[in-house]
Amino acid sequence: MRNVAVIIRKQLKDTLKNKTVLIQFIMFPVMTLIMENAISVPDMPELFFTKLFSVMYMGMAPLTSVASIISEEKEKNTLRVLMMANVKPWEYLAGVGIYVWMLCMAGAGIMATGLPASVIPFYLGVMAVGIAISVAMGACIGVFSPNQMVATSLFMPVMMVFSFAPMLAMFNDKIEKVAGIFYTQQLKILINQMSFDGIKPSAVLTVAVNAALALLLFFAAFRKKGLE
Amino acid sequence: MIRANAICKSFAGKQVLSGIDLDIKPGMIFGLLGPSGAGKTTLIKIITGQLGFDSGDVTVFGKNVSDLTGTDKKQIGIMMDDHGVYDRLSCTDNLKIFADIYGIPHSKIISALEEVGLKDAAKKPAMKLSKGMRARLQLARVFMVSPKILFLDEPTSGLDPMTMKYIHKLIQNRKAAGCTIFLTTHNMEEATELCDEVALLNDGKIVDRGNPSEICRRYNHRKAISIHLKTGEDIRLPDGIESADKISSLLKQGKVETIHSSEPTLETVFIELTGRKLENDAEARYA
Ligand SMILES: Nc1ncnc2c1ncn2[C@@H]1O[C@H](COP(=O)(O)OP(=O)(O)O)[C@@H](O)[C@H]1O
Ligand SMILES: [Mg+2]
Repeated sequence: MRNVAVIIRKQLKDTLKNKTVLIQFIMFPVMTLIMENAISVPDMPELFFTKLFSVMYMGMAPLTSVASIISEEKEKNTLRVLMMANVKPWEYLAGVGIYVWMLCMAGAGIMATGLPASVIPFYLGVMAVGIAISVAMGACIGVFSPNQMVATSLFMPVMMVFSFAPMLAMFNDKIEKVAGIFYTQQLKILINQMSFDGIKPSAVLTVAVNAALALLLFFAAFRKKGLE
Repeated sequence: MIRANAICKSFAGKQVLSGIDLDIKPGMIFGLLGPSGAGKTTLIKIITGQLGFDSGDVTVFGKNVSDLTGTDKKQIGIMMDDHGVYDRLSCTDNLKIFADIYGIPHSKIISALEEVGLKDAAKKPAMKLSKGMRARLQLARVFMVSPKILFLDEPTSGLDPMTMKYIHKLIQNRKAAGCTIFLTTHNMEEATELCDEVALLNDGKIVDRGNPSEICRRYNHRKAISIHLKTGEDIRLPDGIESADKISSLLKQGKVETIHSSEPTLETVFIELTGRKLENDAEARYA
C-alpha cells in the first residue's frame, strides 16, 4: 500500500512539470468554465458545453495520460528500476490508475460548478464510471506499447472514437446508432437527461460490456507483456 | 558472499552462458571482464534473480536467489546498464521516490548526493545533468540504500576519463566501508586498477581468473619486445635468445627508432586467450 502512495506522489510531482500531460487535465475544465460563462446563444440547450465537454474529457484525458505515463516509463527504463526496488506491478498500475482517476475527478468537479447542486452527485457518479473505464483502456494501451510512439499511434484513434463519436452523433442519426455501442455515448445520454429516469437495460448492459472488455483487454495485454 | 555453480543459460536455443562458477568473498571488488555480448549482463541478472537459468545453482548470502527475502534484497544494490532516471524530477525528488519505497529517512538523500558530488545539483532536473552526473545520480540511488553487496553493470561505460576516475574513487570508498562489489566492464585498465579479482568471460565461458597482476605475471613468458623502425614499421619479437640476432642486426643497420619490452596486460592476455579484442568490440557497438 505504501508503494501505491509513493507512485501517486511521484506522479503528482511529475505532472506539475509535464506540460503535455498537465494540459490534458485542465484544458476541458477550463474551456467549460469559459464557454459556459462567455457564450449564450438563444435556443441552445441548457448547459450544452458542460455536457459535451464532460464526455469528451472522460473519453480523452484518462486514456491518453495513463497510456503516456506507462509507455514513457518503459521507454526511459524507469519502470525496471521500480520493479527492481520490489514495487509490484499491481502496485504501480494501481498508483497510476488511482492518480489519474482522482485528477480527472477533480477536473470533473470543476466542470460541475455550473450544474444545479441537486444533480451534482449524479453527474459525478456518471463521470466516475466513465473515467474509470477510460483509465482501464489507457492502461491496456500503455501495457501493450513498448514506447511512447507506439502508445500515441494506438491511443489516438481509440480516443478519437470514444470522445468524438458522441459529439458527431448529435448531428447524424447513422453515427448515433453506431456510437451507441460505446460507453461514452451511453453515458452522454445519461448526462444529457441528468437522471436515471427511463434508462434502458440495454444502456446499462452496453456500459458493463465496455467495462468488461477494457478489463479483459488489459489482462490480456498484461499477461502477454507484463511490465517489461 | 556470492557463489555460482555451473550456471548455464540459453536464449531460444542459443547458449549464452555455459557452466559459470564463481566464488566471491566478502569485501572484495570482483570484476567480470569481457567484450560486449559475452554474457556479462545476463550473468548479473541471473545472480540478482531478475532472470531464470537452465541449470546450476546460485547463492547470495548463502541462500538460493529465489529464497531471498525482502530484507535480504534491501542489502543488495543493483545498477544495470539500462536503468533510467526521471528526467523532469530533480535529483532530490528522484532519490526521494526510492527512499520512500525502501523506507529510508530523507536525511540519507542529502548524504548520498554529497557522496557522489551532486549536492550542488540537488535541485536540478535530471534532464539537465551531463552524462557523468547522471551516472553519479544512479550511483547515489544505490548507495543511499547502504547495500552490503553492490552489482554495477558497466558503471563507467561511455564516460570521460575524469568521471571514470571519480567513479572508481566512489567504488573504492564503498569497498573501504565494507561493501562487496561485483562489477562488469570491457575496460581492462579499469579492471586492473580496481579489482581484487577478475574473471575473463568470453562466449559464455570463463577463460581465466584471478588477481589482475597475478594473471599478467602468469602470462609473463609471453613478454615481447616491440621495435619501431625508422621506416615506420612496427615489429614484435618474442623476448628470448631466439630474437637476439635479429635485434642486433637491426641495431647494427641503424634501423631502430625505439625499442622496449612490453609486459602483458589484461588486454594482451585476453587477446592471447581468445583472439578477440575487448575494446574494439565495444567501440563497434557504439559506432
Ligand atoms: N532476452 C534475451 N533474449 C535473447 N537473447 C538475449 C537476451 N538477452 C541477452 N541475449 C543475448 O545474450 C548474449 C549476451 O548478452 P549480454 O549478457 O547482454 O552481454 P554483455 O552484457 O556481456 O554485453 C548476447 O548475444 C545477447 O544477444
Ligand atoms: Mg551488458
